[in-house]
Amino acid sequence: MKKILLVFIINFLLCFGVNAETEKKEVKDCFEGVNRATFAFNQGLDKAIFKPLAKGYRALPSPIRTGTGNVVSNLSNLITIPNNLLQGDFHSAGINTARLAVNSTVGILGIFDIAKQLGIVKDYRKEDYGQTLGTWGVSEGCYLVLPILGPSTLRDSVGSLTAFLGGDPWYNVTVKNDTHYFKESDYYMSRGAGGIDFRAKNIDSFDNLEKNSMDFYASVRSLYLQDRKQKILNSKKITNTQDDSDWDDIKSE
Amino acid sequence: MFKKKLSLLLVILPTLFFYKNSLSIEPSIFVQSTVNRASQVLSTDIEKKEKMLKLQEIAKDTVDIKGIGMYTLGKYRKEINDNQKEKYNELFEKYFLKSFSSRLSEYSNPKIDVQSEEKINEKYTIVTSLLQATEKRPEVKIDWRIYTKNPDKPLIRDLIIEGLSLARTQKEEFASIILSNDGNINALFSNLENFINN
Repeated sequence: MKKILLVFIINFLLCFGVNAETEKKEVKDCFEGVNRATFAFNQGLDKAIFKPLAKGYRALPSPIRTGTGNVVSNLSNLITIPNNLLQGDFHSAGINTARLAVNSTVGILGIFDIAKQLGIVKDYRKEDYGQTLGTWGVSEGCYLVLPILGPSTLRDSVGSLTAFLGGDPWYNVTVKNDTHYFKESDYYMSRGAGGIDFRAKNIDSFDNLEKNSMDFYASVRSLYLQDRKQKILNSKKITNTQDDSDWDDIKSE
Repeated sequence: MFKKKLSLLLVILPTLFFYKNSLSIEPSIFVQSTVNRASQVLSTDIEKKEKMLKLQEIAKDTVDIKGIGMYTLGKYRKEINDNQKEKYNELFEKYFLKSFSSRLSEYSNPKIDVQSEEKINEKYTIVTSLLQATEKRPEVKIDWRIYTKNPDKPLIRDLIIEGLSLARTQKEEFASIILSNDGNINALFSNLENFINN
């Protein structure tokens, strides 16, 4: 089964993506009808489950929310570090390893971000396999909306799949292998907490966006693709992440 | 005589030079003053409707609404005729003002610190700022694309929030509406009208 999936991934990459020159092309929404239906389904789930949970979570005392966010962020190092290495960013890999070690021990399983307080990491940046494929020159492929998980692209979905195929040490020790130290539920709880934490931090922004959008689906698609591009470029400079030529021929008032 | 003229010239020229420069407004100062104006309105204890009207006045004064409108129309701005362009400009301004004031009026008293500015070219400067964190949300990095072709009257053309451009998002939203209606620009017009009237 693993081999079949691996062959599928390699085939997919060869057929759809490995072409750095396509980077500037618009990402196609090849399955827009299905995507819109999935988006509507996800919105329904959000309204019924995730948003109320996020609202409840937001009512918790600030130290609990900060601690939860820290634990989730600390666990994400387990995917970030291998991706730092795969991207050839050994410096960040070293710093993030130190962050993981300090926060998991002194920071009591990541509840406290001691590494930040000590100045080891000033601005932690998550990396994933989708981003690594992007830095290798694999283009996005088609835009996708996954049930529950939300916006993605073919490339990012392959990246997520890689995590489940052994690329995520946290998944390996909780779900994939019986280590007697962790339970499957630890993995799902941490993923769920991460989702709720993210949703809680963005309740107002999402509400605002939905209220002021004529096509909410298109707005979310645009924001997701811009965000991914920015994360792959690892740049905070607007001139690097935004295509300025778009503005060139706009005349003054 | 020549010496006199020369010294007069030496006095007049720098004066003219400094006078010209003194008229231009630094983009970062322009942003900070715009933010302060908006904050003042938002922190005032008045009705939401009145707040929105005051915010709209600020937007008319500081945002290049027509320029943003043309940008968000994307490739379609070259395909529509003058009548359609006129109708679009009119609708877009109403749409923009409603959407802009509605988005902003949700914030009670936002504290934004302008941090730096970077001149991209003669036409654009990016001003970097930080919206301070509150109990409910983390701090947010906001970059402002300022149109500086006329340095005496800088105008806001885009807000880039945590690297995500609002103008670009709007442009892609409009394109999606037009595309899903077989390229018919009137579909965008009726969507804009619906938004304005609702």
